[in-house]
Amino acid sequence: MELLSGGEIIIRALKDAGIKHVWGYPGGAALHIYDALYRQDDVHHLLVRHEQAAVHAADGYSRSTGEVGTALVTSGPGATNAITGIATAYMDSIPMVVISGQVPLTKIGQDAFQETDMVGVSRPIVKHSFLVTRAEDIAETIAKAYFIAASGRPGPVVVDIPKDVTDPSYKVAYEYPAEIKMRSYQPSDKGHRGQIRRAVQTLIGAKRPVLYTGGGVVLDNASEHLIALAKILNYPVTNTLMGLGGYPGTDPQYLGMLGMHGTYEANTAMHHADVIFAIGARFDDRVTNDLEKFCPHATVIHIDVDPTSVSKNIEAHIPIVGTCNSVLPEMIGLIEQSDSKPDSDAIAEWWQQIDQWRADQGIYTASRYEESSGNCIKPQDVIKMLYKVTEGKAIVTSDVGQHQMFAAQYYLFDKPRTWINSGGLGTMGFGLPAAMGCKLAFPDCDVACVTGEGSIQMNIQELSTCSQHNLPVKIINLNNAALGMVRQWQDMNYSSRYSESVYEESLPDFVKLAEAYGHVGMKITHIDELEEKMRECFAMKDRVVFMDIDVDRSEHVYPMQMPGGSMRDLWLNKTERT
Amino acid sequence: MKRIISILMENESGALSRVVGLFAQRGYNIDTLTVAPTDDDTLSRLTLTTQGDDHMAEQIVKQLHKLIDTIKVVDLTQGAHIERELMLVKIKASESDIRHELKSCVEIFRGHIIDVTPQTYTVQLAGDSEKLDAFIEAVGEMGIMEVVRSGVSGIARGEKFLRV
Ligand SMILES: Cc1ncc(C[n+]2csc(CCOP(=O)(O)OP(=O)(O)O)c2C)c(N)n1
Ligand SMILES: [Mg+2]
Repeated sequence: MELLSGGEIIIRALKDAGIKHVWGYPGGAALHIYDALYRQDDVHHLLVRHEQAAVHAADGYSRSTGEVGTALVTSGPGATNAITGIATAYMDSIPMVVISGQVPLTKIGQDAFQETDMVGVSRPIVKHSFLVTRAEDIAETIAKAYFIAASGRPGPVVVDIPKDVTDPSYKVAYEYPAEIKMRSYQPSDKGHRGQIRRAVQTLIGAKRPVLYTGGGVVLDNASEHLIALAKILNYPVTNTLMGLGGYPGTDPQYLGMLGMHGTYEANTAMHHADVIFAIGARFDDRVTNDLEKFCPHATVIHIDVDPTSVSKNIEAHIPIVGTCNSVLPEMIGLIEQSDSKPDSDAIAEWWQQIDQWRADQGIYTASRYEESSGNCIKPQDVIKMLYKVTEGKAIVTSDVGQHQMFAAQYYLFDKPRTWINSGGLGTMGFGLPAAMGCKLAFPDCDVACVTGEGSIQMNIQELSTCSQHNLPVKIINLNNAALGMVRQWQDMNYSSRYSESVYEESLPDFVKLAEAYGHVGMKITHIDELEEKMRECFAMKDRVVFMDIDVDRSEHVYPMQMPGGSMRDLWLNKTERT
Repeated sequence: MKRIISILMENESGALSRVVGLFAQRGYNIDTLTVAPTDDDTLSRLTLTTQGDDHMAEQIVKQLHKLIDTIKVVDLTQGAHIERELMLVKIKASESDIRHELKSCVEIFRGHIIDVTPQTYTVQLAGDSEKLDAFIEAVGEMGIMEVVRSGVSGIARGEKFLRV
């Protein structure tokens, strides 16, 4: 058997776990690991400019591919810089392994230089964590970390490795476990057969059904099953912010996104539904609005792989614990065999009603905002243009704010894993590094980061990483010269007192900034130049292009649920409400 | 309603802090907590008590189960069970009539006096939490110097058992 040092074992175990790319940043406690990395060619490391970005990039890589992302950081500040990234991945159940260097075992507890209790600090935001205390345990721990990260409800796993455990002079026999078995962790994917039968009956008997589907469908690669189910039933589908792309955005049965900034038709249909079938969604407060007023007529069927998500916020009448990938095909089989069929008259009537709602206030059919004109560029129109120019085929990452909601509303995602955003934690600064991860995974695909001048400045340093590793992403900066989403809330709830949501004259010249990093910068101030410039931007396949687009500063995101209301209680624009 | 939750988990560093952290993180209170290795020293048995309605208890059990280190979790209060807590109480006992009264009180509660000085008695008492509370109340007037309670341990009645 081969003898390897702890540092070498880490890299070899990564290779044996099938890991090709690691995003990271070196430092004292991780130097043995970095030296082992240098002496091999199997695992490719990408140096970022801030550890938060390493984790977001690994996250973007994972979200776009479905594989487990990997980040490597040093102890202390390296580890704490990674925390926001880990929390982001945790909230959205993204499979990821973060390896952190730690001070030597002999120094742990002594407030050593760059010592932070990483297992302790990360505890509430990881699926699991390990502190490795022997070189002999590294391979198995890393194998376990990948197994845990990817299985069940996925999530980030931290592996904290003290420097002396990676000592190059101490070599041990290397063996990567062929299989991982843990008596305390045996995720199951099969749903309860009897419950699935009941669910099918209820679903077939529905008169006003809605399929409400979330990130679970995307994470579980169950999109095709969802489409098949929706098609045999002819039922309407709405996606959560995390579920976009799980059902094709251009399909006629699609109602658009639901929730706080969901469409009128999706939220209204939910409110009136008699059966809600939640698939890999978790009844987040940004979806349900006031729980007491949530969907008063509905029988709730809920599939989730995580039992704690079921009946947490909303009591499920028919709970099914299992993966979408296993439960949905089973349901489809049962529906096909069943003698009873959906009540086609009732469903036709339901569709008539929904089409009426769409015609009245639909986000894509009714004009929800004034069109752009001259120097007044509407942010919504920028997203529509992005959709047009990229033919709906780009991978779109976003930051957090109004621009994120406009992207979610107006870019119609037809495929899962093409909409990449921090839905759960809402992390500004996510978009650019996540885009790097997507571009690494899909070099031939257009990758656009829809951002705002606030968010982009939270990880702008990664423009340098894009140069070093040749990651030609496109940055679509909806520049409204404000923390727009904050300002919107201040408009609506604080009589437009803009407390700290504007920058006065301090914004950088983004064109020059992009150029300083060796990229192309473009400034767009007139609607007439938008299409041409955007086409130019996407034609430059091997360049990072930063499109700084001045958009209407006063625009708000609508519809918007009213606090304390039901799902259908919405502001439709600044003056009209339901 | 009081809940007694029993957990069988890997006897590994960090496992206990994950359980305790979970309670803090989810806004549940821990009233009592006991933990020790079992006859199989790779396993720890942890018993904790908390307050909550059925919905909350179900969530707690599910959340505990979700922790990677936990192997089995039961809410003992869902079925017939036995609950025991150990208490040590040091009581001021310098006057002979008080010493006398204390002794009979200890007998009534089936406790033991396990240490004696001219000034103090130390009493050991086992039972369910209500019994221990009652003892404290009974001797309260006499001058309690120190109370140590182990927290609740529990086990299901009858044939049911918690084992890997
Ligand atoms: C790291 C972080 N800090 C603060 C917030 C709160 N927040 C949410 S949206 C927003 C404004 C974002 O501004 P910008 O990126 O310019 O986007 P806009 O809303 O203007 O489109 C802020 C501050 C956040 N989500 N993330
Ligand atoms: Mg802005």
